[in-house]
Amino acid sequence: MKLELRGITKVFGSLVANDHIDLIVEPGEIHALLGENGAGKSTLMNVLYGLYDPDDGQILLDDEPVTFPGPGDAVRAGIGMVHQHFMLVPVFTVAESVALGYEPAGPAGILDLASARRKVQEISERFGFDVDPDALIEDLPVGVQQRVEIIKALSRDAQILILDEPTAVLTPQETDELIKIMGELKAAGTSIVFITHKLREVRAVADRITVIRRGKVVGEASPESTETELASLMVGRSVNLSVEKSPAEVRDHGLVVSDLTVLNGSTPVVDRVTFEVNGGEILAIAGVQGNGQTELAEVILGIEEAAAGSVSLDGEELLGRTVRQRLRSGLGFVPEDRSTDGVVASFSIAENLVLDLYSTDEFSRGVSLNLDRIAQNAEARTKEFDVRLTHIDDPISTLSGGNAQKVVLAREMSRPLRLLVASQPTRGLDVGSIEFVHKRIVAERDQGTPVIIVSTELDEVLALADRVAVMYRGRIVGIIDAAEAGADGINRDALGLMMAGVPLEDAVQQAAGHRSVLASADAAAEGKDLT
Amino acid sequence: MTTPVVPVTAGTPVDDLPTGGPVLGRISYRIPVIYAVLAAVSLLGLAGTLFRRDGVWGQSTEFQSRYGDQWFTIPNFSVPSLLSIIVLTVLMAGAAVYAYVLTAARRTVPVWLHIVVGLSFVVAFLTWAGAGKTSVIPVTSLLAGALALSVPLIFGAMSGVVCERSGIINIAIEGQLLFGAFAAAVVASLATQPYLGLVAAPIAGALVGALLAWFAVRYHVNQIIIGVVLNTLVLGLTSFFFSTLLADNRETWNARQPLGIIEIPLLSQIPIVGPVLFRQTILVYLMYATVIILQVMLFRSRWGLRTRAVGEHPKAADTVGIHVNKRRVWNSILGGAIAGLGGAFFTIGSGLAFGREMSAGNGFIALAAMILGRWNPTGALVAALLFGFSKNLGNVLGTIGSPMPSQILAMLPYVITIFAVAGLVGRVRAPAAEGVPYTK
Amino acid sequence: MSDSSTPGHAATSPRTGSSVLRQIVGGDVVISFLAVVIALAIGGVLIAFADEQVATTVSYVFARPSDFLAASWEAVSEAYKALFRGAVFDYEADTLNRKVRPLTESMTFAIPLILAGLGIAVGFRAGLFNIGAQGQIIVGGILAAYVGFAFDLPPVVHLLLCILGGALGGAFWGFIPGILKARTGANEVIVTIMLNWIAVSLIAYVLTLGRFNASGTGLRSPQIDSSAAYPPLIPDALFPGNTFRLHWGFVVAILATIFVWWLLDRSTIGFEIRAAGANPHAARTAGMSVGRITVLTMVIAGALAGLAATSQVLVGGGSLTAGVAATYGFDAITVALLGRSRPLGTFLAGLLFGAFQAGGTLMQSVTPTPIDIVFVVQSVIVLLIAAPPLVRAIFRLPDPDAPPRASRAATKEAAA
Repeated sequence: MKLELRGITKVFGSLVANDHIDLIVEPGEIHALLGENGAGKSTLMNVLYGLYDPDDGQILLDDEPVTFPGPGDAVRAGIGMVHQHFMLVPVFTVAESVALGYEPAGPAGILDLASARRKVQEISERFGFDVDPDALIEDLPVGVQQRVEIIKALSRDAQILILDEPTAVLTPQETDELIKIMGELKAAGTSIVFITHKLREVRAVADRITVIRRGKVVGEASPESTETELASLMVGRSVNLSVEKSPAEVRDHGLVVSDLTVLNGSTPVVDRVTFEVNGGEILAIAGVQGNGQTELAEVILGIEEAAAGSVSLDGEELLGRTVRQRLRSGLGFVPEDRSTDGVVASFSIAENLVLDLYSTDEFSRGVSLNLDRIAQNAEARTKEFDVRLTHIDDPISTLSGGNAQKVVLAREMSRPLRLLVASQPTRGLDVGSIEFVHKRIVAERDQGTPVIIVSTELDEVLALADRVAVMYRGRIVGIIDAAEAGADGINRDALGLMMAGVPLEDAVQQAAGHRSVLASADAAAEGKDLT
Repeated sequence: MTTPVVPVTAGTPVDDLPTGGPVLGRISYRIPVIYAVLAAVSLLGLAGTLFRRDGVWGQSTEFQSRYGDQWFTIPNFSVPSLLSIIVLTVLMAGAAVYAYVLTAARRTVPVWLHIVVGLSFVVAFLTWAGAGKTSVIPVTSLLAGALALSVPLIFGAMSGVVCERSGIINIAIEGQLLFGAFAAAVVASLATQPYLGLVAAPIAGALVGALLAWFAVRYHVNQIIIGVVLNTLVLGLTSFFFSTLLADNRETWNARQPLGIIEIPLLSQIPIVGPVLFRQTILVYLMYATVIILQVMLFRSRWGLRTRAVGEHPKAADTVGIHVNKRRVWNSILGGAIAGLGGAFFTIGSGLAFGREMSAGNGFIALAAMILGRWNPTGALVAALLFGFSKNLGNVLGTIGSPMPSQILAMLPYVITIFAVAGLVGRVRAPAAEGVPYTK
Repeated sequence: MSDSSTPGHAATSPRTGSSVLRQIVGGDVVISFLAVVIALAIGGVLIAFADEQVATTVSYVFARPSDFLAASWEAVSEAYKALFRGAVFDYEADTLNRKVRPLTESMTFAIPLILAGLGIAVGFRAGLFNIGAQGQIIVGGILAAYVGFAFDLPPVVHLLLCILGGALGGAFWGFIPGILKARTGANEVIVTIMLNWIAVSLIAYVLTLGRFNASGTGLRSPQIDSSAAYPPLIPDALFPGNTFRLHWGFVVAILATIFVWWLLDRSTIGFEIRAAGANPHAARTAGMSVGRITVLTMVIAGALAGLAATSQVLVGGGSLTAGVAATYGFDAITVALLGRSRPLGTFLAGLLFGAFQAGGTLMQSVTPTPIDIVFVVQSVIVLLIAAPPLVRAIFRLPDPDAPPRASRAATKEAAA
């Protein structure tokens, strides 16, 4: 089926999220929609999927104009969507999830679950998905959950499949599999709209690339373009993709974690983890989301309880101390989910800047808050971290994500630190903010602070880390030293294999002999660059 | 198309990287401790207080199961008080030990053990209360009264399940019950036909449910707040009309119109439970039907699947074309109707005229029953019955006279509920999107 | 939340030029006022509906509609005139003291509403739905009364000790749901409701015990010492020979309002309470102990409700009865809601509802309209105030927040 979007415009208040966007997706084509976070890609696809009403513009399927008042209408017309945040009910089984909204049912609306199961099995077998129709969604790894989403779309005979940032939660190997699946769907005549901000993937799979910036189409590109070309098209200026940093000057004090275990019920989510981080170096914890990184960071902070092991900073045991004691003794903590854990949305910017320091002598007298000091602090910090704001007394919810993240960083990095733990420090940020955040983190390291970065973005891990620890199912699979990895840096494929649980040595060996789809594409493109 | 994708897991994933045995979680000994406490109360509080009486070994407790006319009845029987209590205490202590052994071995304590311990304690308590008394413990009427007290609670809890499973917090159950009671009484009285009251009650409850949904869905007002305010509103309205219209002309507006008793042949002849369960008004049979239908529909039907999806992950429901807010509004109205029907039990269901504040907090207890029952119809049913039973136990013991002051006995159901909420249930998992307004 | 994609919107201030006017027209004050107007109108319809005179005129409404209208007007205006006379100023009374007495009555009725309302408001700000003010008032009342009649102490000391007793009693009854929530996660709505019922049985039981039951009836405790009673607030010098009930409890209510304002907006404890209420996850991540905050908040809320009890018990000739809490604990919830959980708002809402209470009492005695209509009016007010768009829609008012709010929502949605 051919899809055409003509002049799609979507306005939220004063923000033009989509500004007269034109897009044509030919039948059986993989069309990549490339753009930064917040460029308007998801808004466009939500318009196409009937979740938003466009303020202007037309959608045409096989040259016939159509309108979708709701997602149900889009699905009936043959459009399927795999959302970035999966649209699955955690307590449902796979069969129930796939059936939802299109339930086979008998008299009195009693479900025909047997037929729902058959459908899952049928599609699952056709594509070799290996999905159990009776498994509960919440028990499935994210990679499998994504397949359930694809089964969901296929079970409704989707002819145009929208994949919104589908690789964000996958290991490089799982990404390879997804790319293969996309190839097969394409061969079967399905058109695919592939939304991403990852340049390498686009070049590996797309037939055509449309680049969006600030709600507008800024150009089309061919998959043969170089990453640098795509990046500057996407961001609107030339970008330096790597972070400038000098070699680590390691000091001997730091954090020592040994045999640390965290249980969820009786299953270990952090399983006998041991590592060290020295002053002046950045250790990145890599891994697919949900392999215990979150819990590891939280047990260092103290909001998660350790079942065994020890965490000692400069020789002092941290376990058994309260969160406040740890924060006050020089732990800086940037939580993974800014809006849930990092800020109180209804509090002012100034209040958020003292969220963990309000009761120190600096900002209070006895039990009375020192409002003057809190205001002075806010003025100074927002200036130093270049937070764009109207007034420090406005609620932090008025700030953009990048600026809100700067507030969190300003709060956590504005006191003398003995350890910095930053989880997903740049998630959802635009390139400008990412650069800023990365610079500040490297600066903290250069002052001699031990730094732990938890990130699922391999690019970020490779850019920042002096050493990389890969987590898989609560365990550390191996730790790679960037300095020892030589001039080429850490092998991406080896990291990817480790993220799937392959031990360090095996991973390095296999990576040498095997090349992922993405790596091959890289090589091909590099070859072109040279000629 | 034909070649399936082979999962890339070349090499062996780690299974035994770190050394040393796995770390296991701490074991919660909550259940054996609760059993042990019950056994201790039984030993010290019940047996212990009896022990000080003179001639206690000769004292007995008499139980009675006769209730109305039946083809055959079990004659009254009496048991030696102290001995029975001691036997039951030993049973509870044994259960505590067994539960400890199971828990220490990281196994779960079976449900039947809860039932055994619970029953043992109740029987021990009754034996204690009736020890050496001339009055008998009326088992069947104890159960019948318990069911009667439970009916509005069960309807209320079902209303809560229907609303909350779709993501609407229903604190307004109290108001729905009260309005249902009011409408049933007034319409039945005006029409001199109780069955018309049965039609009016759910409509009245649905009206309150519709208001709840309107403010919650359309204006995104905090659902607990609307619920609390709607309760006050209904209380004010019904009290206002009670002291004006209804008081001015009782015979027309608020005459008693009892629903008739319908006896199910054969079933009502079963000893002890027969007359309790099957010699009832149509309202009670409707209650049985409601619980069964809801239990089946919630987990096995299209409606149930969609309701649960909307309550757990509304956005996911929206993306498959389910109208989230429409579903919530209809569920809220349906829930209101169910509670309204339950309210009818206070008036036409019990053969009474309407009275001020008739629902007397039952809506809130229904809410507690729903939470204790973990948002499941059958679970809520059991919790509501437990509450009704403990309440009636207080009533019955109050009338036959017990060693405990009646005011303390009256606290019993509320104390039990607190223990249940805090001790047994603890952190329960409510529908994930409960109370959160849905906007695209 | 989105990033960077909203150039310029943050720079536009919502408070410029004509928007000031829009704020006033569509803002809180006007909405509140209009909500009261609508509620009184609805109440008027109900009064007319229930009036016998109106009912007889309805039968020939098409023949002589004027009779019907006149009868309705008569019923409604009589009721509301009585409400006003009972609540604010009795223009029909013959002496000045009697004329202004209603206002002091309203203030007297407002004391427990304000105090218990503040307690509930503090809970709301911490994200806790404390429905238990009723029980907290009862237990506070038991303790305050006991200290009041059982001890023989010098005047000021005795009163202060009684007040402390009331606060402690309420605090204890608030502590129970607090600690249960913090330790076991027990839902505070359920636990506080259950504790209300337990308190009802408890007071009935206590009244049958030893020193409480000196009269032997089990209905009423001995009278408290005169040294334990709040002195009258309005001095005789101002209104010679007045018999106003208004007492120093009103000053306690004012002090409590100021204290709660300081607590919430100026203290580190309030910072924690507000943070835990708005986002417990972030509060925990920032090193606050949410469990400790929960317990502390419930203790403070209970203490404030306990103070409400003192205004009922510690009056001249006062004693403890089972009805010590009347329905103040439940009315206080609506007071806190109407006051939007802000101290000053709760104070004003308490005054308004106190006025309704005082006025309703007179209305009930001199007109056929029962005081229950007051509950209807109060709940309609709160419902409407909770949904400003509804009030604006009824009166076709502009939405003062429209432009900034829309763009803020857009920022969120754009990222979705």
